[in-house]
Amino acid sequence: MEKRVTFGRWTIGILFAVPQLLLIFTFFYWPAGQAIYWSLTLQQPWGGGNIWVGLDNFRSILANADYWNSITASMVFAGISTGLAMVIALVLAALTDRQLAGSWLYRVVLIWPYGIAAPALALAFRFILAPEAGFMAVVNQVWPGFWDPGLDGADAMASIIIAFSWKYVGYNFIFFLAAFQAIPRSLIEAAAMDGSGVIRRFWDIQFPLITPTIFFLLVINITESFQDSFGIVDIMTAGGPANATNLMVYKIYSDGFKGLDYSGAAAQSIILMLLIVALTIVQFRFIERRVHYR
Amino acid sequence: MASITIRGVKKNYAKTQVVHGVDLDFASGKFVVILGPSGCGKSTLLRMIAGLEEISDGTIAIDGTVVNKLEPRERGCAMVFQNYALYPHMSVAQNIGYSLKVAGIPSAERAQRVQAVARVLELEHLLDRKPMALSGGQRQRVAMGRAMIREPKVFLFDEPLSNLDAKLRVQMRSEIRKLHRRLSATSVFVTHDQVEAMTLADRLVVMNGGRVEQVGTPAEVYSRPASRFVATFVGAPAMNMLEGTVTLDGLSLLGDSRRLNVSRTGLPVGAKVAVGIRPEAVRMVAPGAPGALAATVDLIEELGAGRVIYVDLDGAPFSIVTSETVHPEPGSTVGLQFAETDLHFFSSETGGRLDVFKASVPEPAL
Repeated sequence: MEKRVTFGRWTIGILFAVPQLLLIFTFFYWPAGQAIYWSLTLQQPWGGGNIWVGLDNFRSILANADYWNSITASMVFAGISTGLAMVIALVLAALTDRQLAGSWLYRVVLIWPYGIAAPALALAFRFILAPEAGFMAVVNQVWPGFWDPGLDGADAMASIIIAFSWKYVGYNFIFFLAAFQAIPRSLIEAAAMDGSGVIRRFWDIQFPLITPTIFFLLVINITESFQDSFGIVDIMTAGGPANATNLMVYKIYSDGFKGLDYSGAAAQSIILMLLIVALTIVQFRFIERRVHYR
Repeated sequence: MASITIRGVKKNYAKTQVVHGVDLDFASGKFVVILGPSGCGKSTLLRMIAGLEEISDGTIAIDGTVVNKLEPRERGCAMVFQNYALYPHMSVAQNIGYSLKVAGIPSAERAQRVQAVARVLELEHLLDRKPMALSGGQRQRVAMGRAMIREPKVFLFDEPLSNLDAKLRVQMRSEIRKLHRRLSATSVFVTHDQVEAMTLADRLVVMNGGRVEQVGTPAEVYSRPASRFVATFVGAPAMNMLEGTVTLDGLSLLGDSRRLNVSRTGLPVGAKVAVGIRPEAVRMVAPGAPGALAATVDLIEELGAGRVIYVDLDGAPFSIVTSETVHPEPGSTVGLQFAETDLHFFSSETGGRLDVFKASVPEPAL
């Protein structure tokens, strides 16, 4: 049975809810409302009133090749980094679940990266992946010109993907490990008795039983790759070279605060918000419909 | 059909030893039940036969082949788990046919064999269901089907009936027995339920504290328990145990408060013994009858066909099972009488059975 708190008078309940409502309103609904308003007006860079322009901002953004380039970059980034972070985490969690030697070490160490703020880890990766010093310098020595994120867009994209995936491997690992451990041991043993080897057991038994977790992480990873990538891009590439890593979230910032195109940036953030809302709806539908086997 | 030979098998978890050197031989085609209280190592032993636990020391051989280093799938065993362990995302047909699928058997033949097994277990109408849509008994049958379809050399059962309600348990018990008669594969069945053990077993293995206490037919184990533990563990209500000392003319019981005249036991005078008597072997007589022990009635449990009468023998609990229609009042005094040959003697020190009355003695009324 669900426990419910009941209050004798509705005013007490409201009083408890007010601080939370105030926070949500101040930091979410108000700015979101402002953004919607700005996206429908032309905001002057140095103040002095707004001109109502309807959907003109959206039209001009969607007609802009730079914006489509940004969407493409975001999709590439989301696809590859989510794939990498999830596959690596899945493999590590599967190995840890088998209690192989040293698995306790993964368990502790793999959780740490998620606790590091994006800009801090971006700074670290900027040094790690620097073409002029360290490991990549050695590679460049062997194949001159192989790696230069400052000049080559693909290298720059690879850099931010590596940094982002590294952070989310830890996050995904925790969820995957929990999902694996929720599978009763006897199911694996029964499959072993049925003649199934380690790999076969993974695909036939464990993988199907963790699909709810896979869907959940897929949505979370994609959503986060749209939002949490800002710090990494800002520190590592600043959107360059030649807009190769100008992800949607970074373009909002650079157009708005560097280019002083507030209205265009507001319209972009509305589009990004709608995208994330759509993803969240998909996620909730999956969670609600999630198959409970027991 | 396969024999199982277990030699000096031990199991250690880190520093604790849970199985202390077990030697057993299971003949081909027999239904062996391993009985013991929880934590006695019986499931561990079964899982070592299955290959789910590593064997710390000793060897297990199936059909003469030592299987210590073999993977579970190479041993030719099938296992029914306590919680059924059905694959929740597969239908009943997929569950039963999974081992064939892994073995690469073509789907047409697979479907045919699944059908055949389902017919035997009366699961035909449930083949498309998922396990969560089945009742406990149906799940149990699916688990058995999954084991059967492989036509294994050895069937292993790990307390498969303990999650079922009492009625279903009795029903499944006879189904398992019938199935064994039909397939006649060597079966090893682990349980803590002595009724299950007695009814199913060709051979009964009683384990306690990681050691084998006794091996024999259920009747042997019941009538000649090898130790005090077996005597009190097998049989319900449990065998009555009275501490005593051997005297010149018989026994003094319960710290000398009672004396029992028995013929020469062959035990040294002064030896400390535990004397056991089955509740079924006790007769109730008038309190003053010659040779009868007087006791106070505590409680009567009505069983319909008979009743269990709990009495107090100078502070020691004692029970009597009778089918006579006697209803002594609680608090009243009754006399207890039993045949000398129904007494079991156990050493107070080791708990082992002491063989007495070797020469057949005509049954004297005490």
